[in-house]
Amino acid sequence: MDRRAVYKTAWIGGLLLAPQLLLVFTFFYWPTGAALFWAFTLERPWGGGNEFAGLDNFRMVFSDTAYWGAVWRSMVFALGSTALAMGLALLFALFCDRQLRGYKAYQTMLIWPYAVAAPAAGVAFRFLFAPEAGVFAALNKIHPDFWNPSVNGFHAMILIVVAYSWKYLAYNFIFFLAALQSIPRALIEASAMDGSGPLRRMWDIQLPLLAPTMFFLLVINITDSFVDSFGIIDLTTHGGPSKATTLMVYKIYFDGFKGLDYSGAAAQSIVLMLLVMALTFVQFRFIERRVHYR
Amino acid sequence: MADIDIRSVRKAYGKNQVVHGVDLSIRSGEFVVILGPSGCGKSTLLRMIAGLEAITEGEIAIAGDVVNAMEPRERGCAMVFQNYALYPHMTVADNIGYGLKVAGLSKPERRARVETVAKSLGLSDYLDRKPGQLSGGQRQRVAMGRAMIREPKVFLFDEPLSNLDAKLRVQMRIEIRKLHNRLGTTSVFVTHDQVEAMTLADRVVVMNGGHIEQVGTPEEIYRNPASRFVAGFIGSPPMNLFEGRVTGPGEVEAQGIVLSVPHAGLARGQAVTVGIRPEEVLLGAAGSNTASIDVDFREELGSVRLLHGQVAGADFVIQVPATTAGPKVGHFSFEVPARAVHLFDAETGMRIDPVAGGIRAAA
Repeated sequence: MDRRAVYKTAWIGGLLLAPQLLLVFTFFYWPTGAALFWAFTLERPWGGGNEFAGLDNFRMVFSDTAYWGAVWRSMVFALGSTALAMGLALLFALFCDRQLRGYKAYQTMLIWPYAVAAPAAGVAFRFLFAPEAGVFAALNKIHPDFWNPSVNGFHAMILIVVAYSWKYLAYNFIFFLAALQSIPRALIEASAMDGSGPLRRMWDIQLPLLAPTMFFLLVINITDSFVDSFGIIDLTTHGGPSKATTLMVYKIYFDGFKGLDYSGAAAQSIVLMLLVMALTFVQFRFIERRVHYR
Repeated sequence: MADIDIRSVRKAYGKNQVVHGVDLSIRSGEFVVILGPSGCGKSTLLRMIAGLEAITEGEIAIAGDVVNAMEPRERGCAMVFQNYALYPHMTVADNIGYGLKVAGLSKPERRARVETVAKSLGLSDYLDRKPGQLSGGQRQRVAMGRAMIREPKVFLFDEPLSNLDAKLRVQMRIEIRKLHNRLGTTSVFVTHDQVEAMTLADRVVVMNGGHIEQVGTPEEIYRNPASRFVAGFIGSPPMNLFEGRVTGPGEVEAQGIVLSVPHAGLARGQAVTVGIRPEEVLLGAAGSNTASIDVDFREELGSVRLLHGQVAGADFVIQVPATTAGPKVGHFSFEVPARAVHLFDAETGMRIDPVAGGIRAAA
């Protein structure tokens, strides 16, 4: 039986859909379309016409070693931040699920970072991790440059990974906790009766039943780490030192708005979009198979 | 095999006490059913034996060892849960063998024991399936297998049959009892279903409001209910209960009907509750203890027939064999044999026993 309610005249449905369609078109298809157009043309920096360039923009991008550096750093960043944000979130959620004293307050506090905008978080971490005034200043006194993200590229990468993960940790925590609490208590009790202790129960029962949530978070975290890191980088390291934290998304901004190479930036956007789509596809194709849905 | 000693056990959640000082001794190899309405504390008591709930006060000893401070795994109990609580991501074989895996047995040894248990439960063909692919009865068997495989000292059952349909419930009930006859493991079974309790138990423990009302064999519980609550809870349809008064030696009055009873030592004017089982009434007979009923509704149950009506304005049910002739509704007189009258103190609700060696014992 078809239980859908259907409008008798098509135009009412169209009218009701129009605002949403308008928004999607204005903020998604139009910019994407423009980027696609620019990616295949040569745009003049100060406006005033363009000419068709074919695949030249893409050839330029792919032959640029600086671009491949950005791709490599984006991968490192994606893996690092996803591992950190998911690992810690899972650990904290498991602690919270044990419902020890004070877990409610702890739970609320862990959710807050997600409500903090990336620029605010970026500024906070910039001060926290500042080599001359932050928490590391004391260590730097003992051993100069023990921590100095403005000089050491490795330190800078750690800084953006930590600052970025801080926010996603909160997001992941909410999902992990909700998933843990949806595991029937009787299952945990049954495994306790079967003789397993808390760690064994976590490994044998809770983690396997979290697999669907883990997979979902993995896709979201990896995807977002490629496109959502701009705010943090722009406020902490500006892509430096010497490009050590110039990820793909930051390079697009830098080449486009600082270097006024609109066409090159547009081509990079298209590549980034395709890369994220491909990664998502790979995850669904190869990792989802190992996920057991209840 | 082990005996279980429950001594003055209490359970409170904050200020809310749910089990009030329970004393119970379960003999080794016995099948005890804890029966009671929902919220009576029966599951809480079972979970305290299992170690899934902390004991607020009192002691529980299994095979002589006080287990209050022990983890569930150290107590040697296995439990079958109401919703089976099978691990959804493991196969049937892994579900059954999980306890052995945790105990560190080798894979071939595990496999051999899982196969033996699965065979005894008729699960051999399903070992590679996941619980989601099984029927309710098969899941129930897997839960049983998981409990059996560790050869525990005690089996605990927490309303394990309540999720099955009526036919399967009867079948599993019989299987559980056969299993107990075969293994002889001490078993504690919690249920709100009196038929399960009567058919499974060596002894029934009737609980109400966190107290034990009566402990006895199914027959004792049915024949000599220790309290008004047990009288009204056991039996289907339940016992007819009236408020009444003692009017003379061996004589009570309830709803305007005077009944002679075999009880001795009753004080004139004492308030009592009079209980009469629907099936112990003799329809149409005209002896001494007679009354009349206005039947307004008749239920056919196949082998028996229930007549619902009023006796002097109070609801009353009579059960007669289905072969009894007669119109569907109307006015009937019936006899209540003196030995069929149960008396309870109206204030305490406790049973007033008829004289020892009296008519009742002879019957």
